[in-house]
Amino acid sequence: MAQTSPGKASTTTTASSGDFPPFRQRHLLSIADLKQHEIIDLLDRADAMVPVSRQERKTHPTLAGKTQINLFFEASTRTQGSFEIAGKRLGALVMNMSVKTSSVSKGETLIDTASTLNAMRPDVIVVRHSAAGAVELLSQKVGCAVINAGDGAHEHPTQALLDALTIRRHKGRISGLTVAICGDIANSRVVRSNLLLLGALNVRTRVIAPRNLLPAGIESLATEVFTDMREGLAGADVVMMLRLQHERANGRMIPSVREYYRFYGLDAEKLGFAKPDAIVMHPGPMNRGVEIDPAIADGVQSVINEQVEMGVAVRMAVLDALLPAGDQS
Amino acid sequence: MSRPVLIENARIVDPGSMTDHQGAVLIENGLISDIVQGGPVGVPEDAEVINARGLILAPGLIDMRVFTGEPGKEYRETLQSAGEAAAAGGITSFVMMPDTTPVVDDGALIDFLIRRAGATSKVNVLPAGAITKGLNGSEITEFGLLKEAGAVCLTDGRRSIQSNSLLRTAFSYAANYDMQIIHHVADRELTGDGVMNEGLFATILGLRGIPLEAETIPLARDLQLAVLTGTRYHAAQISTAYSASLVREAKRRSKKITCGISINNLSLNENDIGRYRTFFKLATPLRTEDDRQAMIEGLRSGVIDTIHSDHDPQDSEVKRMPFAEASDGAIGLETLLAAALRLVHSRDVDLMTVLRAMTFRPAQILGLPSGRIAKGAPADLILFDLDYPWQVAERDFHSRSRNTAFEGARLAGKVMRTIVGGQTVHTFAEEIS
Repeated sequence: MAQTSPGKASTTTTASSGDFPPFRQRHLLSIADLKQHEIIDLLDRADAMVPVSRQERKTHPTLAGKTQINLFFEASTRTQGSFEIAGKRLGALVMNMSVKTSSVSKGETLIDTASTLNAMRPDVIVVRHSAAGAVELLSQKVGCAVINAGDGAHEHPTQALLDALTIRRHKGRISGLTVAICGDIANSRVVRSNLLLLGALNVRTRVIAPRNLLPAGIESLATEVFTDMREGLAGADVVMMLRLQHERANGRMIPSVREYYRFYGLDAEKLGFAKPDAIVMHPGPMNRGVEIDPAIADGVQSVINEQVEMGVAVRMAVLDALLPAGDQS
Repeated sequence: MSRPVLIENARIVDPGSMTDHQGAVLIENGLISDIVQGGPVGVPEDAEVINARGLILAPGLIDMRVFTGEPGKEYRETLQSAGEAAAAGGITSFVMMPDTTPVVDDGALIDFLIRRAGATSKVNVLPAGAITKGLNGSEITEFGLLKEAGAVCLTDGRRSIQSNSLLRTAFSYAANYDMQIIHHVADRELTGDGVMNEGLFATILGLRGIPLEAETIPLARDLQLAVLTGTRYHAAQISTAYSASLVREAKRRSKKITCGISINNLSLNENDIGRYRTFFKLATPLRTEDDRQAMIEGLRSGVIDTIHSDHDPQDSEVKRMPFAEASDGAIGLETLLAAALRLVHSRDVDLMTVLRAMTFRPAQILGLPSGRIAKGAPADLILFDLDYPWQVAERDFHSRSRNTAFEGARLAGKVMRTIVGGQTVHTFAEEIS
């Protein structure tokens, strides 16, 4: 289970689920369900998938003949597109379904839609939903693999995996690093998945936010909790910024964007407290000038575009792991 | 006139007189006509004799918080199905919450319910009248007419009135007719989008939390207004340690203040939610184990007066949903007694205290002659086996809904016979000789 260095990865031209031990999970619903060795296994598989997308013919058809449905109850250009490309590069038939729902009928639609789609015999359904636990509920109603593409403020496991892959390829390791996550901790599924994943890999995790954006009990999930960004960034190897929903900066949660940016926006001065070689990450979509200075977002320390590339590799790896070639189920 | 009934060889536990002895009870004309300690008694010639050897004879339970689906949502529960479920659970009277369609906010509806329940329900249905019209929280109903029609108390059911001034008015006007107020305490703004107890577990699940203060702040307000107006005030259900201390303090200032608790908050904690199990989504949320322990202490010390089922039938359409979108509520009529007896078997609370909170105390608060084993009292009685082991299975329920928080639970204690007004309305047949 050697960690593949970026250089080595770029010379690898084939990746196959046969190179890895079988992945024992039926679904990918949460990082909390994964053991440490399964996380590392998925990262290794993803590393091996990176070259596929860098080839001229970007195809590695281990999912040929299989059907993947992307079922998005919440709009998401980025994640849905990433899953679609991942599935297509693996040769799967990919169908996108965006379900517009009124808040009243959401749950009803969820169960009904699940049984309807199940009757079409897909091999995997990728689901995003605004309610925590909705993807797990759906997984109980279908006979195929289910991947959680984000459920409310609960989890977003492939985001945490792609973040970890990006970190590992830049730093050569994960264990022992200090990762600072800053922003709307209370409402972020990305944070929960990342804290679980990084915690499982012995990372020193820090969360940084104004008190109103810190959820109850967060001190049990992160190694350290800060309300002062400079203190929180001191000596960090990785700075992960989160999107602040504009509607939270209307005076009811946060007084204004300018005050938020002043104290919690990532600019050159605050980034100066992190290690000189710290990398800057963001799950996107970014609000330039709200949580991050455009110059930092597009600067030398930013690996934000690479996160997007790793996203495709991670999703290919997850699809391939859940639907191994030759699997007849 | 029906035959007299003699129940002999029973262990008679009466929370009214706080006595616990072997003996016999004679029932004539729907009333308890004699109570005898110890051995054989003179039996009227035509009497039906029930040998209750090994069983406890106690007053039938009085459940102070039951939601039905009739009128309006009969597919969830009718007065008849609720009555059958109650009889099977040893509940001989229950207070019916006014949250129906239409809302029970008018004397004519109280009259209708009393007639309808009299015709269809095996147990006594005690309708509560709404405090505000249509449960709108802003205009009080006709308390005097509701009382005349037979409303046993005033409550807005699962709604909590937010306006301080309206509450003052309602409390004061209720005192005018000496009517009992029962109020659910939940601050709407602090509850917000919350769906479970606020804390680490909610954070892990990614669910919005409800802070303790959503209960304690309106409770403190209510208690002050209850003292100010001298009204008979019952906090419908509390769940936090600080709530118990607020009630303890207020009871020093007014003898008309009482409070209740749902069996769910005595038996379960937030961890039971597990992975988004919506049958544990309750309007007074399950709190931490520390809070549950504090509630048990509150029951022992007498700060908490009553235990109820909070029976709230919901169908799968509104429960098989993502947690945040699912309806609140769990059924409880058929598990109330056995779940409460868990506290006895675990030696947390003694039998007399647990029974008292479900019989004599509710009767006192509501001004009922039942809830005790006394000469002249209504013969609303239960015979139960304290130790009978059984496992909760939803298929066995008499209720029309299946949303139990105790599915699969192994309980000890089973009602063998339920008697309402001297008539046996339920038997767990094979167990009675």
